[in-house]
Amino acid sequence: MKHYDVIVIGGGHAGTEAAHAAARMGAETALVTLRADAIGVMSCNPAIGGLGKGHLVREIDAMDGVMGQLADAAGIQFRLLNRRKGPAVQGPRAQADRKLYREAAQRVTAAQPNLTVIEGEVTDLKVAGGRVSGVALADGSEITCGAAILTSGTFLNGVIHIGDQKSSGGRIGDKPSIALAERLKALDLPLGRLKTGTPPRLDGKTIDWSRLETQPGDEDPVMFSFLNTAPAVRQIACGITHTNEKTHEIIRTNLDRSAMYGGHIQGVGPRYCPSIEDKIVRFAEKGSHQIFLEPEGLDDDTVYPNGISTSLPADVQEDYVHSIVGLEKAKILQPGYAIEYDFVDPRALDLSLQLRAFPGLYLAGQINGTTGYEEAAAQGLVAGLNAALSVQEREPFHFSRTSSYIGVMIDDLVSRGVTEPYRMFTSRAEFRLSLRADNADQRLTGMGIDIGCVGEGRRSAFEAKMEALEAGRALMEATVLTPKEARDKGFRVNQDGTRRSVFELLSFPDISLESLCLALPELTAIPGEIANQLAIDALYANYVERQQQDAASLKRDEGWEIPEAFDYSALNGLSNELKAKLDRARPRTLGQASRIDGVTPAALTLILAKLRQARRDKSA
Amino acid sequence: MDTIYALATARGKAGVAVIRISGPRAWAAAHALAGSLPKPRMAGLRKLRLEGEELDEAVVLCFEEGASFTGEDVAELHIHGAVATVSAVLRALGQIEGLRLAVPGEFTRRALENERLDLAQVEGLSDLIEAETEAQRKQALKVLSGAVGKLVEDWRSKLIRAGALIEATIDFADEEVPVDVSPEVLELIEAVAGGISGELRRVGAAERVREGFEVAIVGRPNAGKSTLLNALAGREAAITSEIAGTTRDVIEVRMEIGGQAVTLLDTAGLRETEDVVEAIGVERALDRARQSDLRVFLLDGEEVPLIAPEPGDLIVHGKADVTPHEGLCVSGKTGAGLSELIAAIEERLAGLSAGAGVMTRERHRVAMRTAFEALESARNEVLRGPDRSELAAESLRQATWALESLVGRVDVENLLDEIFSSFCIGK
Repeated sequence: MKHYDVIVIGGGHAGTEAAHAAARMGAETALVTLRADAIGVMSCNPAIGGLGKGHLVREIDAMDGVMGQLADAAGIQFRLLNRRKGPAVQGPRAQADRKLYREAAQRVTAAQPNLTVIEGEVTDLKVAGGRVSGVALADGSEITCGAAILTSGTFLNGVIHIGDQKSSGGRIGDKPSIALAERLKALDLPLGRLKTGTPPRLDGKTIDWSRLETQPGDEDPVMFSFLNTAPAVRQIACGITHTNEKTHEIIRTNLDRSAMYGGHIQGVGPRYCPSIEDKIVRFAEKGSHQIFLEPEGLDDDTVYPNGISTSLPADVQEDYVHSIVGLEKAKILQPGYAIEYDFVDPRALDLSLQLRAFPGLYLAGQINGTTGYEEAAAQGLVAGLNAALSVQEREPFHFSRTSSYIGVMIDDLVSRGVTEPYRMFTSRAEFRLSLRADNADQRLTGMGIDIGCVGEGRRSAFEAKMEALEAGRALMEATVLTPKEARDKGFRVNQDGTRRSVFELLSFPDISLESLCLALPELTAIPGEIANQLAIDALYANYVERQQQDAASLKRDEGWEIPEAFDYSALNGLSNELKAKLDRARPRTLGQASRIDGVTPAALTLILAKLRQARRDKSA
Repeated sequence: MDTIYALATARGKAGVAVIRISGPRAWAAAHALAGSLPKPRMAGLRKLRLEGEELDEAVVLCFEEGASFTGEDVAELHIHGAVATVSAVLRALGQIEGLRLAVPGEFTRRALENERLDLAQVEGLSDLIEAETEAQRKQALKVLSGAVGKLVEDWRSKLIRAGALIEATIDFADEEVPVDVSPEVLELIEAVAGGISGELRRVGAAERVREGFEVAIVGRPNAGKSTLLNALAGREAAITSEIAGTTRDVIEVRMEIGGQAVTLLDTAGLRETEDVVEAIGVERALDRARQSDLRVFLLDGEEVPLIAPEPGDLIVHGKADVTPHEGLCVSGKTGAGLSELIAAIEERLAGLSAGAGVMTRERHRVAMRTAFEALESARNEVLRGPDRSELAAESLRQATWALESLVGRVDVENLLDEIFSSFCIGK
């Protein structure tokens, strides 16, 4: 019987990233998927990144993951969102050519040492000694393993709705994983139901582009990967059109035929990604909604009309699409649909994304109630690294809220659960000013090198960059101006006798790097890229310093893990209300406990006292 | 680790009050007020000053890291227990960079983390913690009911709205959200900042409602102040004699007038004097009288020197048994006019407490001041334009966190709720 250290079930974005992470860690890894040629398929919109999401991709890349590289290879329109706002809230985004993305994913997967792709359907999980020990496949074969990662996306009891038609499936054209779902049901995991939707896909040749405005990419495209500097392929523009009163009228008249409004769907959909039915009902006063027409590839005529996802019947979709300017004659290649699926309440997971009740089994991606390729891949990374670490009998690696968006997401998921498909936003990160897309490598690559998931190429590039940053910063800090010198060079500063370094001056709103370089030519010794990075670091230095205290205290609290069986009722001095609340929430760490509404510092002191007692008893 | 401070002894009037400061800047902070510090674990008498103004004379004690209650550098200021003195010193500490008021239980928490308490001690503290939690809960309930609740609810909804507007332009830049939300955000910030600064003005009076008003009786030597005080208090609190200048120190008598806690102050007789000791008494009496909430001027036929009545002060003609006069007249000896005087004091105090704000605690004051400053900086960042919007958002968060003890936690979900209900997000 074949044995692998880590088996990854599912070849979507979470599974791909998980398999690569485990393999990079040196674990013998198998990726089991229904269709090997579907690895790297983008089943929703053909785009990667955005606000918060772009940050996640950068962090995956900083850990030497694959998503950033794939998106760069397939990117056909790059835009840095929030370009006019501060660097902390700028997020890279790209339209991806579906075929190029899939090809790149297949290429890197084939080239990754320690990684084997197995085509098949997993029907059962094998258990030995209370731990996952292997999987059974539909063909009757078995594979043993040290740890397994389940990334089944929307395939668990997936039901696809088009109007009042429904069929089983995780993605249109693919069958659902029913056997595995039955197996999971037996584990008695807390399950919930969510839904998401897609728009109809259009034939680009039948769209009247001449009547539409276009949105080009950036003139100086910003890549996802820290290792890349320019797009790999030809760049294109997207089209923009709008719904109108006629569109809305058609939808309103047919509302009861929509799967959602017809009462066919129980799952909760994302508020930030409503169907066109939802938009028209909830924002009835709006006469028009924007639609982005996103080409799915350079040599693919399919167009993804972003903004009109729907669960209306196919004939209504025809009607409303044709009411839209530029789409009067558009041919629908595949109707839009809504999909309902089961997810596992992520509060059943620990910070490694391991099921607390089932050691050795990790869950990543949409099965945990998230949405988005980037969120899925980031979880895949976490699960892959930790599955490998556990097989190697090493300490788990936990991402912290204080140092990454990945940490924010994992903490949100396992401590608060989800009420709608979870998507990353920059506003979720309380340390947003330090968790930037531009410094993801500075924040994480060092840790990645330490645990061993970063390859040689990235390691040397990273170390060279860090050296240059250090040298540049030293020069900026050593170059000091008195208030008078600063004024003489044309910089407005208080004449208060305080000498200020170039690094400090860069944090002033009206002093730019360019003006400082002009006034102090010695600064041009710092390479442009490095100087720009330092200018960003300087801009936030004051805020970051203030936040560091908060971060340090949060880190201390995160360091105190609360055991599974912690008995709150035995705590003297805690109100019954608070005891009940803590018992329900079951925080994993003192840090999580501190974020529970109503928990006072006094209550934390009591918990801490108990934890200390336990620790002392243990060491005694 | 930041440096925290708080009153370590019970609030309210006491002979001595201890203020504890703990953390890396504890000694520096004590140094800033005391000018110099005694050796560790040695008591030293120091004058506490802030920006040249004398706050109190205090016994200062310093403990080194590893040899203190919390395990950190600690400084203790043993000061006079008068409410005004304690408030003044706490306020002075709050103005020192890097210091903040400790949250309840925080000293204990630090002691525990630094292994300065054994478990028996901590468990012994749990009763104390319970009491503290209970007090906090009651306080929170009080804050959230009635007029305060309305005010706070209004701030909360405005802060959520302002935060949501800014976050919408940041997180949903690619969607159909307004590009420039600054007019509404500025309006919301102004409204909350205005409300806070109004509350801050009233907080002083509110503290008085809780801790009592001070009413000073002032007059020339031998005008009959002590006799009046004794008559009001109904007991022999101050020594009275026929020799002018008997009352050298300020004598305090706590009593209740019209349901309000009142501290009556009998001050030294006010006159120009060559006597050094008496001059000190006069100076002290003047200070206390000026700081009091209400002054009762006791006239004996002549004007009181060195101090003039402020609007709202009471003018009383004394020794009514000897020289009758128009207006308010009293005799400490016979008790004539006393009830009229009490009624007048009651009326004045009622006027003062009507102006009292709804936030009563020093903690609230600190929270509101922090929030106010954060709102100011949010306003500045909003005015600088959209390229600083993440900094505006940061300041707004700081303001919200500062007010958390008042308005409750504003979670990112609250902002998202507001965003999704206001804007059609989802392209």
